[in-house]
Amino acid sequence: MPIESVWATVGPFFHAVLPWKDGGIMARPETKGERITIIGRVLDAEEKPIDDAMVELWQANAAGRYNHPEDSQSGEIDPFFQGFGRVAADAQGCFTVKTIKPGPVRGLGNAWQAPHIEISVFARGVLKRLVTRLYFEGEPANEQDPVLALIDDKERRKTIMATPDPKEDGRWHFTLRLGGPQETVFFDV
Amino acid sequence: MDPIPYRRETPGTQPPALWPDYRSTVLRSPRKPLIALPHSLSEVTGPIFGHDRLQPNDADLTSQHKERPIGDRMIVAGRVIDENERPVAGTLVEIWQANSAGRYFHPRDSRDAPLDSNFTGGGRTITDEEGRYRFITVKPGYYPWGNHPNAWRPAHIHFSVFGPSFVTRLICQMYFEDDPMLRYDPIYMSVPSDAGRKQLLAKFDYELTVPGFGLGYRFDIVLRGRNATPPEADHAH
Ligand SMILES: [Fe+3]
Repeated sequence: MPIESVWATVGPFFHAVLPWKDGGIMARPETKGERITIIGRVLDAEEKPIDDAMVELWQANAAGRYNHPEDSQSGEIDPFFQGFGRVAADAQGCFTVKTIKPGPVRGLGNAWQAPHIEISVFARGVLKRLVTRLYFEGEPANEQDPVLALIDDKERRKTIMATPDPKEDGRWHFTLRLGGPQETVFFDV
Repeated sequence: MDPIPYRRETPGTQPPALWPDYRSTVLRSPRKPLIALPHSLSEVTGPIFGHDRLQPNDADLTSQHKERPIGDRMIVAGRVIDENERPVAGTLVEIWQANSAGRYFHPRDSRDAPLDSNFTGGGRTITDEEGRYRFITVKPGYYPWGNHPNAWRPAHIHFSVFGPSFVTRLICQMYFEDDPMLRYDPIYMSVPSDAGRKQLLAKFDYELTVPGFGLGYRFDIVLRGRNATPPEADHAH
């Protein structure tokens, strides 16, 4: 049996060569759900911005349904929401994503998962993509979330919480740290 | 019912996050152990792209501009299959590469090699029912980089493939057999096994070669497979 091909870094030159037409605009005017803006940052182990990072996002729609044939949950497909986004970091390592807040999705054993977004991080020096999730700080469902519960160190759970902007409703801040004392929790999928 | 999980990574087959010979990994590699994430609906689903994602000539990198680009024209084709040897049909395959002089069409690539206004170096296609893809391009040149004294990347084409789920995502690089730079390249040498390194080499293919047009190279890609097929009933409604 063959085994999965070997990963390699995306290198620094992905974007100019292969532009992605929607970029960080995941929600269209017709999309159902609560509008949110994610202001992200990608930092290295010395807290320096990673200006060549690429981040991909995958999420359910406002009803908690993934636009994919294997999701047969009761929530309805939103024809105006695919759930995928791809953004490049700028010179400050920052990116902006305009999307909607995902609804809750069933996890293993039918337990509810708190609203979350699957995140892939690619960059020069990242041989194999790094996978994490974005959760929303202050969400009551976080307490019962089966994936957050896998992170024994409760302090580290905070590394994957987007935090609300104190001045502007619907704006969330999310920092990815690829190393250092506050290293983001990354998952093996 | 819980979704059927995908197979986990086969130990000893993928490069480590920290590979000091490739200097940029040092500050960009998590040091805490990864947490094993069981595959829920969030992981077994993933984006699926249709032909509306493609522009005309996306699969022919030599026809995207007014004139033909400079360089050795070649055909790169192959199949995307999974670890169960099933074709991965209808999936988006993206490639990007330097031009024949080894320069990327990118504002940050400012080395003194000629840009070719007829070559951007980006391509996209969607696999057919048998998982096949085919690109027409030019052979990429070598380019120097700052990793260590006299560092040159072997000729390579970057590949990006999605597959049917979030966990099947793959980004890899295709190289050429007998390239003398391979054994000096820390990215190629980060691959832990001979078999894995060999899998990244495109093979010259006489059958794919088009008379009077260009040489053909075959490059097959394997994505993560599943332990079993999801029941048909799941697709019925
Ligand atoms: Fe490259």
